[in-house]
Amino acid sequence: MSGPAAPPRRVPAARRAADDPLWLKIVLIAIACGFIGLFLVLPLVVVFTEAFRDGVAAYVRSVREPAAWQAIKLTLITTAIAVPLNLVFGLAASWAITKFEFRGKSVLITLIDLPFAVSPVISGLIYVLLFGMQGWLGPWLSRHNIQIIFAVPGIVLATVFVTFPFVARELIPLMQEQGKDEEQAAISLGAGGWQTFWRVTLPNIKWGLLYGVILCNARAMGEFGAVSVVSGHIRGKTNTIPLHVEILYNEYNVVAAFAMASLLAFLGLVTLAAKSFLEWKVQQQLRETLEPTTMESLS
Amino acid sequence: MSIEVRHVTKTFGTFTALQDVSMKVDDGELVGLLGPSGSGKTTLLRIIAGLEVPDDDGRSAVLFHGEDVARRQAGQRQVGFVFQHYALFKHMTVYENIAFGLRVRPRHQRPPRSEIHRRVTELLRLIQLEAFGQRYPAQLSGGQRQRVALARALAIEPRVLLLDEPFGALDAKVRQGLRNWLRRLHDKLHMTTVLVTHDQEEALAVSDRVVVMNQARIEQEGTPAYVFHNPASEFVMDFLGDVNVFPGRIEHGRAVLSGMTIDVPGLTRHPGGSTKVYVRPHELEVRREPVTEPNLPARVVRINQAGSFAKITLTIEGGSEIQVDLPFERYQEINLQPGETVYVSPRKVRVFGAEYMI
Amino acid sequence: MRWGWKQPSVIPGFGLTLGYTLLYLSLVVLLPLSALFVRSAALSWEEFWDIITQPRVVASYRLTLGTSLVGASMNVVFGFIVAWCLVRYRFPGRRLLDALVDLPFALPTAVSGIALTTIYSQHGWLGRHLEPLGIKAAFSPLGITIALTFIGLPFVVRTVQPALEELDDEAEQAAASLGATRWQAFWRVIVPSVLPAVVTGFALAFARALGEYGSVVFIAGNMPLKTEITSLLIVTKLEQYDYAGATAIAATMLVASFVILLVINTFQWWVSRSYQRGV
Repeated sequence: MSGPAAPPRRVPAARRAADDPLWLKIVLIAIACGFIGLFLVLPLVVVFTEAFRDGVAAYVRSVREPAAWQAIKLTLITTAIAVPLNLVFGLAASWAITKFEFRGKSVLITLIDLPFAVSPVISGLIYVLLFGMQGWLGPWLSRHNIQIIFAVPGIVLATVFVTFPFVARELIPLMQEQGKDEEQAAISLGAGGWQTFWRVTLPNIKWGLLYGVILCNARAMGEFGAVSVVSGHIRGKTNTIPLHVEILYNEYNVVAAFAMASLLAFLGLVTLAAKSFLEWKVQQQLRETLEPTTMESLS
Repeated sequence: MSIEVRHVTKTFGTFTALQDVSMKVDDGELVGLLGPSGSGKTTLLRIIAGLEVPDDDGRSAVLFHGEDVARRQAGQRQVGFVFQHYALFKHMTVYENIAFGLRVRPRHQRPPRSEIHRRVTELLRLIQLEAFGQRYPAQLSGGQRQRVALARALAIEPRVLLLDEPFGALDAKVRQGLRNWLRRLHDKLHMTTVLVTHDQEEALAVSDRVVVMNQARIEQEGTPAYVFHNPASEFVMDFLGDVNVFPGRIEHGRAVLSGMTIDVPGLTRHPGGSTKVYVRPHELEVRREPVTEPNLPARVVRINQAGSFAKITLTIEGGSEIQVDLPFERYQEINLQPGETVYVSPRKVRVFGAEYMI
Repeated sequence: MRWGWKQPSVIPGFGLTLGYTLLYLSLVVLLPLSALFVRSAALSWEEFWDIITQPRVVASYRLTLGTSLVGASMNVVFGFIVAWCLVRYRFPGRRLLDALVDLPFALPTAVSGIALTTIYSQHGWLGRHLEPLGIKAAFSPLGITIALTFIGLPFVVRTVQPALEELDDEAEQAAASLGATRWQAFWRVIVPSVLPAVVTGFALAFARALGEYGSVVFIAGNMPLKTEITSLLIVTKLEQYDYAGATAIAATMLVASFVILLVINTFQWWVSRSYQRGV
């Protein structure tokens, strides 16, 4: 080692204590990208490639087929019912859970998460057991000529079940973190309950809410297992897009199957993009509510 | 073990944390690195520890006992580093935390189990937490955690001890206690120690020597008493305690402010012009009647009697406020009331050259 | 359920929102789910036992459990690497990679199912290169494992990622300053700190894999005793109007997944208690 009189010419390119060496970084990043590419991106590429294998005309023809149109319509109807229902529920549940302290709260949160723990097939099955011909309400329903299973109401119910927790689950942690000071301030200033909700709470949670709705929407449109059990696969009547994909695929109508699948895959990509954007927005909003901005802290 | 830092510069992107800083700490000394946040003091400490690497400009060096350690990773420098937020391992007990540095040594250097146990027990006694070995960090108070962090750093028998705002996250009372404890500990162990703090009171109370930093540079070094009484710049003067600033002028080697003319030693060679005159609150005298000494009339606005000094706020001609600290006995003797007009005379004033030397 | 008390609050709407929450929860979730258990309770214990221990059913459990375990383990290894790269390194395309991790959440299961089958079937994109090597990917347990790996990745990444982010940078620096090598710091400081998250991620991926249907049915081949997963068996029973059989198997499966979730929660509670974290 050089003495104090002659300090070394060069400080070696030492690393900070918590940094990994470059070769390790490269290896790990390569593994991560390779894995994601092989397992996640390749299937996505396959969907679009297969859908357009016979050209754009064949693609358009598959999508414009009457049965396909019917499936798209039914999917939209189902979603249009399920998402608002779960949206209202999510708002009510997260308001009750985050703005008040009461006994049994953690049990309630667990119960709200329950549908996530239930296999999609079982989610469908429970409605068959409840409303099917052999079910509890089946005989009464059939006497009054109401059909739920193997019909649109069954599909809607199963979809509501599987998408049940999405909005609530997104809002509860967000609202918990934001606390209830602002609501209490609004009430103390004379605002009513609804005014407080619309003017104070909603603006604070809007991005999180939208995020929850988008996830809920994606799942509602794409649900397969649960809907498959309750639908009865009646072509042109009780088929949603995913069910129609299955039928076409099993009939070896691969191009048409992938054409329909590509609609769902596109929806998935939009969801991902929206998710990334909204996650960023939610983070930003949380930062704003929790910390003063730099301007304020400087002054 | 002495520490020497030479010509160290460190930039983070466009931000310069250290600008050609050189500093020396003698063997067995406790040096306080003092400065406002962003002044570069923590970066300097982390560079000494090897947690941060200085910019590679070919001139910088970090020497331990005259030996260059720039090539050595943090783990090989034998420094005990104590982090502001303790950085205790949450999943380990207090005992395991303290033993960590010994247990991770290569097999041939690792002390035997019984030796590790002996040393950890000894350290637990040193930090007065003998009964807490099996607790987890989260079960301790802030002050206890910081003591564990210190014991963990001492366990590897470091050659130097580096403390980064060690009491920053604690409340005032605990701070005071730990500060005295640290000083006693240092008197016992005589380990070369560098303490980073933004609290001037802490630095002045604990250190053998303080190094005041500002905007990536060292402003002044010296014993606490010397630096406090002979600040080298406006910044040091202002940072180390309360200060009154009067606008004034220099005429014929004397300071003129608001109708007073005061002799300032060493000012005779200055060319003259407008300047600022600095006076500490305890260096101002208050009297009921004007005297022959230079003085200015002022009106008493507020009096805060809570403390060993009575803190008196006054307004002078032109409306600006000044602060005077009177020893409590003296305050009772003259029995001031808000609204009174009094005469203030400085016992000692300072004028800093830098401003108009440029 | 017992509402012993509720803390008084100036915020209105407690009765309305909680009432609606409970009503909706009961109608949509609790009532239908209870139907499953009431229906299986209608079976005698012997009948129930007979159904859930038929060789075909047992084979499906074994297959489902085995492939789910392998899939979830794959996810732990690769999920950890992905999470590590996303948190620790800055490289071009990092944000894209981060977004892609959620693809299995966003892509409907039927779509991933047919896409994976097209890739791995005998004449598929990769399948035709695997075939000469003697590897039969689609219509085999391997294919099921691939599908379950696909579906489970986000669970591991999204639970490990925040744990790695939260990891105290200073703890690692402290380890380094105390003389630990990078490898020692990894195993003694980083791994123990994120282990609870890794285990949770594994359990979530595993639980999801157990119940997975859409992405598996296409690639599985669905041969009884060989490549028939439990979810599919339930559907098959239903299509044969064997409601009792479907109900019994479903109840068994549901209990299994509840047990797993219970274990996760107990584990997390235990971990947080033993470190007494989150002060």
